[in-house]
Amino acid sequence: MIYRRRASPMHAARAGAACGYCAALAIAALVLSAPIALGAIAVALAGAAVGAGVSREMRRAALFALPLGLLVMVVNALVVRDGLTVIARLGNLPVFGQLDVTLEATVAGAVLGLRAVELVLCGALYTAAVDPDEVLALFRRFSFRSALTATLATRMVPVLARDARRLADAQRCRPGRPPSRVQLMRAATSGVLDRALDVAAALEVRGYAAARRPGPGSKQRRPYSRHDLAFAAAAVAIPTLAIAARAAGWLRFESDPALHAPIGIPDLVVVAALLACALLPFADRRGIGP
Amino acid sequence: MSVLSLERVTYSYPGAAAPALEDVSLEIGAGELVVLAGASGSGKSTLLRVANGLVPHFHGGVFAGKAIIAGMDTRDHGPGQLAGAVGTLFQDPETQVVMGTVRAELALPLENRGEAGPAVARGVEEVGLALGIAHLLDRPSSELSGGELQRVALGAALVGRPQLILLDEPTSQLDPVAGDELIALLRRLGEDLDTAIVIAEHRLERCLPFADRAIAMRGARVACDGTPAEFLAWACAAAPELATPGGRLLAGLGLSPAAGVKAARSTLRAAAMLPDADGPTAGAPEPRATRRIRRAENNALELDRVWHELQRGPVILRAASLSLRPGERVALMGRNGAGKSTLLRHAAGLMRPTRGKVRSAGRVALLLQNPTDYLVHDRVDQEASSTALATVGLGGAAHAGRHPRDLSGGEKQRLALAIVLDGVGADRDQPVVVCLDEPTRGMDRRRKDELAALLCELDAAVLVATHDPEFVAAFAQRVVLLADGAPIADGSPSEILAGGTYFATETARILGGAGGALRPEEGIAVVSGSQPAEHEVRA
Repeated sequence: MIYRRRASPMHAARAGAACGYCAALAIAALVLSAPIALGAIAVALAGAAVGAGVSREMRRAALFALPLGLLVMVVNALVVRDGLTVIARLGNLPVFGQLDVTLEATVAGAVLGLRAVELVLCGALYTAAVDPDEVLALFRRFSFRSALTATLATRMVPVLARDARRLADAQRCRPGRPPSRVQLMRAATSGVLDRALDVAAALEVRGYAAARRPGPGSKQRRPYSRHDLAFAAAAVAIPTLAIAARAAGWLRFESDPALHAPIGIPDLVVVAALLACALLPFADRRGIGP
Repeated sequence: MSVLSLERVTYSYPGAAAPALEDVSLEIGAGELVVLAGASGSGKSTLLRVANGLVPHFHGGVFAGKAIIAGMDTRDHGPGQLAGAVGTLFQDPETQVVMGTVRAELALPLENRGEAGPAVARGVEEVGLALGIAHLLDRPSSELSGGELQRVALGAALVGRPQLILLDEPTSQLDPVAGDELIALLRRLGEDLDTAIVIAEHRLERCLPFADRAIAMRGARVACDGTPAEFLAWACAAAPELATPGGRLLAGLGLSPAAGVKAARSTLRAAAMLPDADGPTAGAPEPRATRRIRRAENNALELDRVWHELQRGPVILRAASLSLRPGERVALMGRNGAGKSTLLRHAAGLMRPTRGKVRSAGRVALLLQNPTDYLVHDRVDQEASSTALATVGLGGAAHAGRHPRDLSGGEKQRLALAIVLDGVGADRDQPVVVCLDEPTRGMDRRRKDELAALLCELDAAVLVATHDPEFVAAFAQRVVLLADGAPIADGSPSEILAGGTYFATETARILGGAGGALRPEEGIAVVSGSQPAEHEVRA
């Protein structure tokens, strides 16, 4: 998955605001544990994917993350002994002892799994919709080389993927018995090291070794667009709402000793507000072209 | 004022038995366009790496002498400090473009110098306009074609307004059109900005007409340093492998060699030797339209209306039909993106057509562009059988124990060819067709000639995708020109290469296609009144 500039409000927003938006959704997923709140965040992520035109990328990330979420749920159900409603008795197992699966532990596991999936999707949204070069520029003042290394790694992923495809094609062209995995691994490693050396030489001649921090006043001022403001506002509003709801005792979820997730008017209001904050920035489609 | 000054520079790579540069002294002034000629391993790339400070700071080794670049001594200043005065473009654009978007790539050198934001933005815009890549500025690097990537890498080399630009075989991965455009662009930039440009190239016929000066490297030393005409006169006498086809044509006719088609034609005209007929392609056979596929029982390979349509993407092949008789040698030409590589992959069964059929009389061997991808063992003799190694000239004890990755570029190419040619199974199943994708990239002329001779000796049919018309003239019996995924012309080399501009040899362009002559020897025969060349007979 790589970043590609698309005609969307999120792509049109500056990296700081878009990055903050992704972080805000992730914080909300971490702070809130009520299924209705996590459901709202899932809907917000789906809406953001559609609004940013990165549905395909997000679907691919979801396919990767769902098994992870299921694994979290299963492990939690098997390991956690909380809850009163036993739904399966698996008998006495060595090391584990008496293994009873409870409804509460299963639901709590599902909540944890959903949270994990949402965190992966927040990362996917960031990768697909936030310009990594702009992020590099953001972090340039603090740690230029680290930021450049991260960008380089991102850029090298498709290059190395192409190298791997080329290597695989070449091996398919070899007649007779294919080489062993160890031989292939060594050949691939040699190729990657050659690439690394070439890239290092290219960076050297671009002056990377003598890179200086930009001087005072070097930052180019760019006026805030409507999309910058909308996403920045959402980035502030979403975690504020989530933290406030938690502090006020709304959107509660308990799984021990029994499931307890009351849904009242304040809970519904907070969920609606969360959804509105997450999706409204995508409503304004003016000036979004690349 | 000299921008580059080398004084008795001698340099050896770490662990190397012989120096890569030996007692090299030269000076290059502002605004000069210098072509660096020489066979592979002669020291061209090392000289460029001395000029940008990578030697010795990046590569290590033993360095003697003095290199002053834009007033900076490379013993005291590393590549990072020299980067402000020197721009470098390497052969492979893929590893030089390091950022995610074109704009960020062009901004990086300026940001490394600590330039202020407005200066960075202005520099990026200016270089984007100068190189005609302004429309690419917000495109992701991963979506650019090879030619576009090379232009972006050139932009990154130019954006800091360097006093010296170094280019190491910049056109080796480009088609003739893009290659000519790049050289012309460099010439214009050099004139506009008074920048000194040094280009190391094997395809001298492409660069020499634009050059102010040519320097020949031989055995790590400077063997010739003069104007392009002086260089050609020297090359024709002392190093024929470095002489351009046009130079050899004129020298063979007893005239002074001249660089470029225009100068060569003027020389011939002045000597009343230019075959002057009714038009520029007089005497050249007319290219035929593509032939319908010849359905024959004994065809070695048949592609029958093959389509390759990408899911959610463009059409790469459009009903492409092609047949090869056993032992036939066919060149596949066309610009970058015409579908040549895809067609070869279909021929070898690496891809499945979305429509159409591919039939072959036996195994189809394919040698892809990067021979290193085939090398997976620790010794040459483990990679292929002794018979296959002997076929490609790598038999014997001298090569057997060497590590494949230690071989030279040309040797790697031959070893990879031995791997795909190698018979398999008890009956040593030999391929009936051998396909090669751009096998001459980065090869000097001697190696190209060796490869052409090797291909002519093979029993199998040969299908080669290439941009190199001189190489095609040396080995092919038939040329198929591909455009937008379908063959648009199919004929003998004389028919296709003698009448064109981009897909034509230098000899053919000088003689305007007269007599269908493609190579200097054939041109000499045509001009001196002998029988016109018969490519079919020769090939």
